[in-house]
Amino acid sequence: MRPMRKIVIVGATSAIAEHCARLWLKNEPADLILLGRDAQRIERVAADLKVRSPASTIHILQADFMDPTAIQTTVEIIANQGPVDIALIAHGTLPAQAECQVDLGLCRDTLEINGISPVLFAECFAKHMEASNRGTIAIIGSVAGDRGRKSNYVYGAAKGLVDRYAQGLQHRLAGSAVKVSLIKPGPTQTPMTAHLRSLNVKLAPVDNVAELIVRGIEAGQDVIYAPKKWRLIMLVIKHMPSSIFNKLNI
Amino acid sequence: MTPVSSWGRLSAHPHNVISLNNPSNVRNILCNSRHPGLAHGMGRSYGDVCLNPEGTLWLTTGLDHFTAFDECTGRLVCESGVLIRDIQRLMIPRGWILPVTPGTQLITVGGAIANDVHGKNHHVLGSFGDHVKKLTLIRTDGEVIHCGPNQHPDWFAATVGGLGLTGVITQAEIQLRRVPGPWLNTETVPYSDLDEFFRLADASEAGWEHTVSWIDCLSGGRGRGLFMRGNPADIGQRPEPRDRKLTMPMAPPVSIINQLSLRPFNMAYYHLKKLRAGQKITHYEPFFYPLDNLLEWNRMYGPKGFFQYQCVLPREIGRDAVQAMLREISGAGDGSFLAVLKTFGNCPPVGMLSFPQPGVTLALDFTNHGERTFKLFAKLDAIVREAKGRIYPAKDARMPRELFETGYPRLPEFTKYRDPGISSAFSRRVMGS
Repeated sequence: MRPMRKIVIVGATSAIAEHCARLWLKNEPADLILLGRDAQRIERVAADLKVRSPASTIHILQADFMDPTAIQTTVEIIANQGPVDIALIAHGTLPAQAECQVDLGLCRDTLEINGISPVLFAECFAKHMEASNRGTIAIIGSVAGDRGRKSNYVYGAAKGLVDRYAQGLQHRLAGSAVKVSLIKPGPTQTPMTAHLRSLNVKLAPVDNVAELIVRGIEAGQDVIYAPKKWRLIMLVIKHMPSSIFNKLNI
Repeated sequence: MTPVSSWGRLSAHPHNVISLNNPSNVRNILCNSRHPGLAHGMGRSYGDVCLNPEGTLWLTTGLDHFTAFDECTGRLVCESGVLIRDIQRLMIPRGWILPVTPGTQLITVGGAIANDVHGKNHHVLGSFGDHVKKLTLIRTDGEVIHCGPNQHPDWFAATVGGLGLTGVITQAEIQLRRVPGPWLNTETVPYSDLDEFFRLADASEAGWEHTVSWIDCLSGGRGRGLFMRGNPADIGQRPEPRDRKLTMPMAPPVSIINQLSLRPFNMAYYHLKKLRAGQKITHYEPFFYPLDNLLEWNRMYGPKGFFQYQCVLPREIGRDAVQAMLREISGAGDGSFLAVLKTFGNCPPVGMLSFPQPGVTLALDFTNHGERTFKLFAKLDAIVREAKGRIYPAKDARMPRELFETGYPRLPEFTKYRDPGISSAFSRRVMGS
């Protein structure tokens, strides 16, 4: 019997990440490491996954996602236990844009947690995966990173940073067996977007989004839009002249 | 504010919808929301037990985590927003099944408890609440109550079938049951009148775990139909049916269930099924949940929505009462393609407001034709009242208060356990608050 795949999920309490984990474990048991900020919330996720897949091994790690040293130490601990097959970097927050414009502290935190922190994690995993010449790094970006819009450009700027970073990492690792997938979900039904539901924003079901992500990662796709229609929508948005774009209320 | 409808699509009033996503802050949210509030799961109840127009709805579908499962004893602990479908799909391959499920698996555990739902095996295993061993209830004053058949049994009896009015159920422990696999030995037997139905039901109760029947509600008082029965089958592995889903894309401008469509449909359905009657091996999903693959089938009834009328009638006069009801329906020319007749067993109800009681239950859908439909319901109510039967709150959007009070004699006892911060359109209609 071949050994179980080792899957690390950073930000395991994110609804999208959690649904990816459920799908992976539905297909076959895995050696799962869940990283999160809030111990109680990760334990809830771990207990759920253990019921879904009793044959899997599930470990929990708590870490400070803003501290480079903590990030490095945590990834070292994981990598020293053997090579990682998939690292899904999924953490993030979506504060109201208006609040980011008033509160610079919140603005900086938003840029850090959605932009810098995922990059630091990816950089650590890349080092180990490059050395062992195996594994996949999957980072959750966003369609919001494709073009700045007044409704969420601070969040979008951080996600845009992740986008440019992933491009560079793909370039760097192109000659190796290590894969880098950048995931760009559209607005998805998760606790993070609960406030959008009452504004009648159309949200995609999280299990559909997770299924596209898991399939895209298995296929080694460079960029995964979920749902797929966002690839086309964002292509149009990205190429729209500013003279028109800046008149749109989006 | 978000417009919210129940399964019958009779209304779409604005609600202040708040998602519950984390059990550890539910208490905080319940205390600090605008009252009255009401827990809301999948919104699959037909009428107004899951609605609270202009008020708060606490959406429980985010409480969708399993907590623990004991492979040896079959005890499952999960949050209240977990779907019946997810339990069945996860556990049946491991040899365990929910003992009781209703005709759709797209409902939450919390909703199953709050409506104390029943299934095709009521005569053997009772209702959903019979298999709940423990539950966690959070009240809007912040009190957390753990109850079960042996722990605060009064709170348990009030909450099972309590329509969400005693607090918000956040977690439950359920006793699953061993099952050999996902297959059932099933048999379809046509019957040509109600006497034959009751003979079949009596004869099947001992040897068959699941019994249900489709009745041609336009066949007059005669009551022909198809009796279906099934038992779990131990036949090992075989390829499972493909998950084929169809969606009703939109609500047509008028109901497509009408006199013109219904008579030929019922006649064709009866005769086609009669040709294919007999025994066969069936997967549990199409047998238990025949309409779940036709997503949003409720749209067929058009923009005005539809009512479901489900009552239970005591056994002794059940036959005559059902016959009288079928006559009224046939006379009115209204009726449904989803018409179900089934006998309940004698086990005592778990909850103070649990619907099932010994007797026979009849369930029918009716397009909302306004006054005309209400006139028919008044006639059906008179039969139910006369027979000392009662109507199922989970299906109801219009029963008169007095019929609810006579049908549910434990109501005064129940009222003491209500949460003052919780109310529904249903409770305001039939309980006054």
